[in-house]
Amino acid sequence: MTEMVKADIKKELEKAAQYVKNTGMRVLVCSGTGCVANGAFDIYDQFLKHDTDVMFKKEKKVSSIKTGCRGFCEQGVFVAVPDLDLVYVKVKPEDVPEIIEKTLQNGEIIERLLYEDPVTGQKIQKENDINFYKNQTKAALANCGNIDPESIDEYVATGGYEALDHVIKNYTPEQVCKEVEDSGLRGRGGGGFPTGKKWNFVRINEADQKYVICNADEGDPGAFMDCGIMEGDPHKLLEGMAIAAYGTGSDFGYIYVRAEYPLAVKRLRIAIEEATKRGFLGESIFGSDFSFKIKIKEGAGAFVCGEETALIASIEGDRGMPMPKPPFPANEGLFGKPTLINNVETFANVALIIKKGADWFKGFGTETSKGTKTFALTGEVNNTGLIEVPLGTKLKEIVYDIGGGIRNNKKFKAVQIGGPSGGCLTEEHLDLPLDYESLKSVGAMVGSGGLVVMNEDTCIVEVARFFLQFTQNESCGKCIPCREGTKQMLHILEKVVAGKAELKDIETLTELAEVVRLGSLCGLGKTAPNPVLSTLKYFKDEYMAHIAENRCPAGVCEAFKLIKINPDKCIGCTKCAKVCPVNAIDGKVKEKHVINQEKCIKCGACLTSCPVNAITEGN
Amino acid sequence: MVAEAKKNQEKIFEKHRKFCKVNEIVEKYKYEKQNLIAILQEVQTEYRYLPEEIMTYIATMMDISPAAVYGVATFYSQFSLDPKGKYEIKVCDGTACHVRGSMPVYNAIREKVGLQEGKFTTDDLQFTVETVRCLGACALAPVVVINGKVYSKMTADAVKIIVDELLKRSENDN
Amino acid sequence: MSNTMESKVEQKLQVDSREITFTDEKNLLEVIRKAGIEVPTFCYRPNLSTYGACRMCVVEIDGMGVQTSCTVKPQAGMKVSVNTEKTRKIRKMTVELLLAAHDRDCTICAKSENCDLQSLAKKLGVRDVRFPSKYGPGEHHVDIDNDNPSVVRDPGKCILCGACVRVCREIQGTECLSFVNRGSDAEVMPAYNKGLDEVDCTYCGQCTAVCPTGALRIKSDVEKVWNRIMDPKKKVVVQIAPAVRVAAGEAFGLPLGTNTLGLITASLRKIGFDAVFDTSFSADLTIMEEGTELIERLKTGENLPLFTSCCPAWVRFLEQRHPEFLKNLSSCKSPQQMFGSVAKKVLIEEFNVNKPEEEQIKKEDIVIVSIMPCTAKKAECGKEEFITDGQQDVDFVLTTQELIRMINEAGVDFKHIEPEHLDSPFAIFTGAGVIFGSTGGVAEAALRTAYEIITGKKIENVAITEARGLNTVKELTINIDGQDVKVAIVNTLSQASALLERVKKGEAEYHMVEIMACPGGCLGGAGQPPSYKDREIKEKRMKGLYDSDVNNPLHKSHDNPEIIRLYDKWLEKPSSHIAHELLHTHYKNRKRILGEIINLSSAAEGEKVTDVQVCVGNNCLAKGSYGAIDALTKLIKENGLENNVNIRATFCMEACSKGPSVVIDEEHIDGVTPEKIKAIFKEKILSKYAKS
Repeated sequence: MTEMVKADIKKELEKAAQYVKNTGMRVLVCSGTGCVANGAFDIYDQFLKHDTDVMFKKEKKVSSIKTGCRGFCEQGVFVAVPDLDLVYVKVKPEDVPEIIEKTLQNGEIIERLLYEDPVTGQKIQKENDINFYKNQTKAALANCGNIDPESIDEYVATGGYEALDHVIKNYTPEQVCKEVEDSGLRGRGGGGFPTGKKWNFVRINEADQKYVICNADEGDPGAFMDCGIMEGDPHKLLEGMAIAAYGTGSDFGYIYVRAEYPLAVKRLRIAIEEATKRGFLGESIFGSDFSFKIKIKEGAGAFVCGEETALIASIEGDRGMPMPKPPFPANEGLFGKPTLINNVETFANVALIIKKGADWFKGFGTETSKGTKTFALTGEVNNTGLIEVPLGTKLKEIVYDIGGGIRNNKKFKAVQIGGPSGGCLTEEHLDLPLDYESLKSVGAMVGSGGLVVMNEDTCIVEVARFFLQFTQNESCGKCIPCREGTKQMLHILEKVVAGKAELKDIETLTELAEVVRLGSLCGLGKTAPNPVLSTLKYFKDEYMAHIAENRCPAGVCEAFKLIKINPDKCIGCTKCAKVCPVNAIDGKVKEKHVINQEKCIKCGACLTSCPVNAITEGN
Repeated sequence: MVAEAKKNQEKIFEKHRKFCKVNEIVEKYKYEKQNLIAILQEVQTEYRYLPEEIMTYIATMMDISPAAVYGVATFYSQFSLDPKGKYEIKVCDGTACHVRGSMPVYNAIREKVGLQEGKFTTDDLQFTVETVRCLGACALAPVVVINGKVYSKMTADAVKIIVDELLKRSENDN
Repeated sequence: MSNTMESKVEQKLQVDSREITFTDEKNLLEVIRKAGIEVPTFCYRPNLSTYGACRMCVVEIDGMGVQTSCTVKPQAGMKVSVNTEKTRKIRKMTVELLLAAHDRDCTICAKSENCDLQSLAKKLGVRDVRFPSKYGPGEHHVDIDNDNPSVVRDPGKCILCGACVRVCREIQGTECLSFVNRGSDAEVMPAYNKGLDEVDCTYCGQCTAVCPTGALRIKSDVEKVWNRIMDPKKKVVVQIAPAVRVAAGEAFGLPLGTNTLGLITASLRKIGFDAVFDTSFSADLTIMEEGTELIERLKTGENLPLFTSCCPAWVRFLEQRHPEFLKNLSSCKSPQQMFGSVAKKVLIEEFNVNKPEEEQIKKEDIVIVSIMPCTAKKAECGKEEFITDGQQDVDFVLTTQELIRMINEAGVDFKHIEPEHLDSPFAIFTGAGVIFGSTGGVAEAALRTAYEIITGKKIENVAITEARGLNTVKELTINIDGQDVKVAIVNTLSQASALLERVKKGEAEYHMVEIMACPGGCLGGAGQPPSYKDREIKEKRMKGLYDSDVNNPLHKSHDNPEIIRLYDKWLEKPSSHIAHELLHTHYKNRKRILGEIINLSSAAEGEKVTDVQVCVGNNCLAKGSYGAIDALTKLIKENGLENNVNIRATFCMEACSKGPSVVIDEEHIDGVTPEKIKAIFKEKILSKYAKS
């Protein structure tokens, strides 16, 4: 009789610790999507080429390691050497030999590659001294950027899979659900539904088959937090899902990843394979009778599949059209079976809650919103990237302390939060704590966590139009308010930015927004009017300027642009009049020329024809 | 000579090779309806689009209705029912890219490769230019992806240089 | 019986402050409607899955906010408001939005006054559409599908309620229609926007029956029939199908299920038809032939179960999707077609008996029109099998709805007209022929006759209650002369599919199976006035038919004296040579989808190039045609013939039973299994090139 080798977490941990110890001096090359685009793989290859040399000369083991995203993508490619408490930014492949020679062999610091504080101009060596990092609290993202996501040992060495081992050996499924509920963790995908409660709904349903689905269809434009976790710490997600499966009584899971994340898919596949090999996934996990398998399903480009029921339809191989709820997936989900659906970040918090306890988790956040939350900070802010802060952190702290303020000393105008389902926050909200309730009270939502900062040069009506165009494009077309309503809303907004709207259009727009919000079938439609409603609320004057005053205060909308000839500069060469396709320019030779604004189609042909730069475009 | 004949044979039977591949793909996914999207994805990798007769064939193999396959193929933006160009240029139009000017970049590329309004692929099937949903590289906005390679912090001028390079390459190929 | 009694617990909830009792209604909408309060909807259909898309049935529920009543389960104590500021706004705006995207040529639309969108716009007081219209005056959708005999698809009128998609998938299992594209580009269409005649649509027309607007509608032949009536040279003869008589009255305010045969007969004469007959007569004839066929098959045990062939949608379904069962199909023509054949052969001669030559009707001047509850009959009458000497046996088919239109158009006061009798000959029909209009009727009629003929004993109580009722599947066993004859009765094609599957797997064994495509049989046909909203409509129609049987002194087809006379004078006996010629038909496999051929090689074109097509339709593929392609390609490569042979894969060559099929330079070769391919290659291809 042969006995199956059962995974033993203690032995695994020892083995993993040894593995990490053997890596010697670790050179971490950030290899998130952003840094890869900036040549991270080339840099890694450069290091790889040089490793052996270093080892022989100095009899010191140095290992370069590809990690997930360190968050500060703006400054990529990041190269960190924890042993020296050092981080280099904007590293190029050609810098590698110098780094090896000076820094790795001789401990010398290369000033040029250090981060420079944009305000003080000071060079900073330690990551935690950089404002962007100093003001963050990392939990879900703690491993991202510090471990090799393609090596299971690196994850195990951080205590990975201990939580899973612990619940299987010591907890009943009911206790697991309770612990998660006690922690106050709420869904990180947008709705903010209490996670433990959701698990319990699935747990109490008796069925021959239950499913756990990870919603990794992070579709909000301007959000890439889940991408960061999957690329940087895939095992944390898998462990969270396995704990959820144990807690709900499921033995099969799906990860539905959007197809735009090929690197995440690749790393998840590796992670699943390795975890299965080690016996952390698959049959009889840790020698128990608990089994759990995970399959990856790649999306095919449909934002609406982020909606639970549409996602289920898509996994089943159908058009991703949402179904009315009830029935909820917890009762009738995938293939008609009870199904738990959480997003990536939600699952990524689970192992930590089990390990450190619900009380530890509750230590972060506000009364109703516990824990930390990741955000994708982008737009017109100095420091863009992936961040994690306790829920309830003030908007101000994010924009100014972490984000380093507005680029090019422009004026802060607004922050768009929660993508196409979210709303705008303005100056008056800078002191608003970012949590589920306060955001909802001002007409926005946490959503998945995209934060797009806008400055005075951003036309808010154009932004509303952009979001509506997005939802209109992504509407599945099933229910009438969303299919036809968003189309007509978009039409009105297009009229506004084209200078063709009338006052009564705003009335119709508001009425439409209300019907789409109340009447739509799924979350996509219900939240689609948010960007319009919230901008109408806080920037009504900007809408009015477009309609009543015929101008775009931010100077963005083409329709209001004027092309003028500066009479002081014009030399009367007639070149501009000749190139004008609509004969909108009058003037005789050697006399000042004038543009007839009614005829002008703003094609800009005259701009380039003028030899003395007398023609300019402006508002 | 033998090598050349072999090459010629391969060329003649290229369509047969793809057809065999379709059979392999459907078989690999066990003819299961739930794998339809994955099947279409892999088949599209072979053909660079989804030909009608191949969709019907897939439906026949899987014993589902061609209407259902067509419904799925037209729902997801990843699927193309028209042949795509050799160079697929994707301009990210996520919020961050949009705010930082992805549209001027997009228009510059279209102009450069000579696309008429309403078209996304050039008549010579060399270039397909499309906007795509957020690629998750927001900090590098605006982002352009050409056949899988990511170009960050694009401007209209910068992208023109890149496209020029491609135009030259495509001319040489022909 | 006791079963339904016990489980129904009465509970209460409030709708608009009124207390309402409910038991096991599946949703709030049903509860509200039952209380007599109208909730508008476009997409809810009681017998289809709940789709929840139109958002018209919104209500406000205390503690739950705005909800669609079709998706909420009723709960005791719920407080529901149907008309609130919010729900009114949603409904009105929804209709306004739909109208903006709708082809609004309402005055000339075939569904005018029967259109849910039109009536709700009126009811809700939508008087203005503030949004730009997708269609200007006189503008229509570019893709109106008008190329098949039964159904017109007009996407400009579609509101995407999905009822057609659901009925086609859930009730018929045919899945010819699907949602395509997404967002505001979404449409409903067959695969690749093909015409319905290019895909495997059975023309059952149920999609038109559930369509709330004019997006899917019955193709009208009214104008053509008027033209024939107005032509003095033509003798226009009309037959009325059994199910028509119990539905036509609905349009004129008569009680549900009223038998209006006399009124219809009188109206048709007023309209100008020259002679009026009843398809129930030829239904009796069908029983004589089909009964004989059943007796024969019971005796030999061959080709069992016997499938009925009255329903053209079912026949087309089988021809396209299950060629392996074609041998089971009764070779009898349907009653409509039997009437057509008999009319053009026999009736015409009986008309002409003892008439001077100038008064005699010429064959080309007789026009046979059918009034049918069915849209598939329109396609059936045009099948090549039913064309004799270049003339269709039945020239035109009008649905019950078109009959109603003609009656209205002619200004006939249907309700108050004096009922009239049918024309002679063939004026006599039995109750057995009339019950053809209901699911189970054909089986019951056939069993009555088969039993008496086999046993020689008279049946006193003719009613076979197990065969009756609206259930989609019924089974019964009748002992005839010591043999247990097992019968299944099925309506809807999804159930038919399931039954075929069971038969195939050997899980079920029957001697006879009656199959009708429409829910409830012909009485629920798509040509009838709409009946999907209320089960009671179908129940009453059914009762009307069985009452007609009770009131008829004759209950067995073989007792019909006109039938007996017909055989004596013209047809000898059932299944005689002449009966076969006139009353039987044959079936063939039909392609499921028209479309492109898959090129597998790209050899040069030219005279010397051999063209090889291998069928990869469902049947051939299952029989290994892919292996044949593989083997063939290898052989071509091995023999260096890649520039001489073009190989292609094609869909269905309509020879499924003999597959896998291959066509080599227009020569059709059957049974081309991978094992046989080598020999065929040698003989048909290699030999050609070896010579030169």
